[in-house]
Amino acid sequence: MILTIAARELRSLFLSPLAWSILAVTLFILAYLFLSQIEAYVTLQPRLAALEGAPGVADIVVAPLLADAAVVLLLVTPLVTMRVLSEERRNGTISLLFSAPLSMTEIVVGKYLGVVAFFLILLGLLALMPLSLLAGTELDLGKLAAGLLGLTLVVSAFAAIGVYMSSLTEQPTVAAVTTFGLLLLLWIIDWAGNRQMEEESNALAELSMLRHYEPLLKGLFNSADVAYYLLVILLFIGFSIRRLDAHRLQP
Amino acid sequence: MSNTPLVQVEHLTRYYSQTRAVNDVSFNLARGEVLGFLGPNGAGKSTTMQIITGNLAPSAGQISIDGVDLLDQPKQAKQAIGYLPEQPPVYRELTVDEYLQYCARLNRIPRSRIGAAVATAKDRCGLGDVARRLIGNLSKGYQQRAGIAQAIIHNPAVVILDEPTVGLDPLQIREIRALISELGKEHGIILSTHILPEVQATCNRVQIIHHGRLVFSDSTSGMTHRHATTSLIAVFNNAPDVDSLSQVNGVERVEPLEDGHMRIHYSDTDPAEALVEQAATQQWRLCELTPERRTLEQIFIELTCSEAPLHEDAA
Repeated sequence: MILTIAARELRSLFLSPLAWSILAVTLFILAYLFLSQIEAYVTLQPRLAALEGAPGVADIVVAPLLADAAVVLLLVTPLVTMRVLSEERRNGTISLLFSAPLSMTEIVVGKYLGVVAFFLILLGLLALMPLSLLAGTELDLGKLAAGLLGLTLVVSAFAAIGVYMSSLTEQPTVAAVTTFGLLLLLWIIDWAGNRQMEEESNALAELSMLRHYEPLLKGLFNSADVAYYLLVILLFIGFSIRRLDAHRLQP
Repeated sequence: MSNTPLVQVEHLTRYYSQTRAVNDVSFNLARGEVLGFLGPNGAGKSTTMQIITGNLAPSAGQISIDGVDLLDQPKQAKQAIGYLPEQPPVYRELTVDEYLQYCARLNRIPRSRIGAAVATAKDRCGLGDVARRLIGNLSKGYQQRAGIAQAIIHNPAVVILDEPTVGLDPLQIREIRALISELGKEHGIILSTHILPEVQATCNRVQIIHHGRLVFSDSTSGMTHRHATTSLIAVFNNAPDVDSLSQVNGVERVEPLEDGHMRIHYSDTDPAEALVEQAATQQWRLCELTPERRTLEQIFIELTCSEAPLHEDAA
């Protein structure tokens, strides 16, 4: 039942030009970044060759690419998630789901998985760029895998926040703006902390999405970082379910 | 099984902040019954329907669908409900076929039977010609039909339709009424409408809701009996005077109207037969004689136009 909803969500995304244009624009920008990183690597290569234990392609090309990809996706996610629940409420189609034998959890999780599936397609296409380097050079596949896992977790957390924001309002644009605001805040929350006392900055750094993403880009798989993203996802999915229930109970 | 009513609503109350939209409404719906829900705008019809279908939670009260409590076991209860909201819940970007297949899956119809269920629903609602078109490109009437098809696709025991004939042309209205009557044979149906003749044409029970309260509930046949004729309208080409008419057996009072029409009031015995007889022997040349019924419209207006204290009248 969850999969039925997820499949329809994904299909509806691709039936509108929005998904296609998001895929096209995002991949175009990332391809440009990818190519400029390769150029940087080519100019650095003679000097790197002389160094012992020098950083490889994975460090110079792949890690910056995935880091930039997270920022691009931060801008794109609100556009994908904004209409997930808000549009159903605005068009009254939500009552189709409410009067069908479905629980709120099934509705929210189904919707969420549909959005995540869209991003997995995007990430799959993105992964082809670094993998194409295998044709001409060696690549640290472990680092690439860790980076991709990190990006998947980041985007899944973005999507969960987006779904929640979409459950709050009937206006997709409002959902998009609030999602973007919250994502950006979570991304930069530790910037303020740098100038503060040590303890405070630690607490804020723990909240920052960027701080938990960086180790994965370096190939460091830390279960605390993974747990952070899973917690964010569960928290916001839970919020969305409660929010839909509250819609039924509205005073 | 046959004894439990399909829908049992007890003391339903619903507040929207301070406003009491539905106030202590109780009623039952039996299998094979078509219940018409009437009321002026904002009377609480849609709210009641949304509560029965699980789209809104009640502030107080109980609902059971086919013996299953809606609030305790929502999934099981909802399986027996088909609901068409005021605004048909259709996805504009899907074709009719895709949409109905999705609805069939949502209602947990086994994969092997989905094709047949979609075909039956399309057939019943006359959607065969537009099956491959996008719902967003269809006229309001067809969107409405798609909404009805969605409500009956899983063959639910209870079908709840909120103003099902809005936006349809007269021909389609007739088809939908026929469909409702047909569905009413095996299912229980609740429909809300503003169109009073529609209720008389399709429903076998009527409820009028006003300011969130049920103010009238009766079967349509009982209504025609109970609120039966108490006056006749007669037209004579050679009209007699009022006095001689009053002499006729059973006539209580005669009220001359315009254009030679006479309103003849009576209480116990219907004087129609005696009137015709007299008219023939006295050469009054009677050319029209119609019983004046208290129509649903009159009842509706009486109950909903007069101000507050009508609750006591109904109770």
